[in-house]
Amino acid sequence: MISVPVTHILFVSFALFFIGAYGFFTRRNMITMLMAVELMLNAVNINFIAFNRYLYPGQLEGLFFSIFIITIAAAEAAVAIAIIINIYRRFKTIDSDDIDSLKF
Amino acid sequence: MTIANFIFYLVSSMILVFGVLTISTRQLFRSAIYLLFSLINVAALFFLMDNEFLAAVQVVVYVGGIIVLILFSLFLTQQAGLKLPLPGLGRSMMAGLLSFFGFVLLFSLLLAASPEADENSFSAITMKEIGFGLLNFGKNGYVLPFEVVSILLLAAMIGAIAIAFKTKKE
Repeated sequence: MISVPVTHILFVSFALFFIGAYGFFTRRNMITMLMAVELMLNAVNINFIAFNRYLYPGQLEGLFFSIFIITIAAAEAAVAIAIIINIYRRFKTIDSDDIDSLKF
Repeated sequence: MTIANFIFYLVSSMILVFGVLTISTRQLFRSAIYLLFSLINVAALFFLMDNEFLAAVQVVVYVGGIIVLILFSLFLTQQAGLKLPLPGLGRSMMAGLLSFFGFVLLFSLLLAASPEADENSFSAITMKEIGFGLLNFGKNGYVLPFEVVSILLLAAMIGAIAIAFKTKKE
């Protein structure tokens, strides 16, 4: 549908990935770290779809990889939030700097 | 410049602006809502790249599932009106430098490769192709990962219930 250069689409994907990486490094709240990971996974999906649509049209590999990434992201979010809720019950905080019982 | 290209640049800038707001705002609920807008714009980008099925999946799974899950967990674990602390200067400098140089490295590699779009052999993806691909084995068949991922979803569901289950105090 669109006819922009592939480089522009990949620019968006790379920028979104590193925005997510920056958020993952700076945020200390576990739920915001999870949100940053979701941003990174979305950037990867854009990357797969752009490569599939513009460099290898007629194949469906990128589409299937994106579908599986979305599925695994959903499973990962569910398990991560269960763990976060369990941590909150035990420590009354979800700040990853305060949870240091196992730290040597 | 056609209208579709103009919409592409609009959608891309919305993705990036809401992405930056997601990781920079100090109020958690706003952060979740900005993430919601960013993900909706990613769905629009999939639509612009002729992947209507994936756009629909993105809206259903991310916007309808994951964002709601994140919002519920925020309600369970946060007091309203509490602002997040700012990250330390050293940490944000380090993260900024790492992200910036990672981006520059990747983008320079991309410019060196400078891929050219292949517009001629494109044909619209139909639901039939996706269905046959997902349940096919052999070349271009994805039935094994499809089955593995269904087991993974079952395991994640059971695991999430088992982890978050409240045990009775003695």
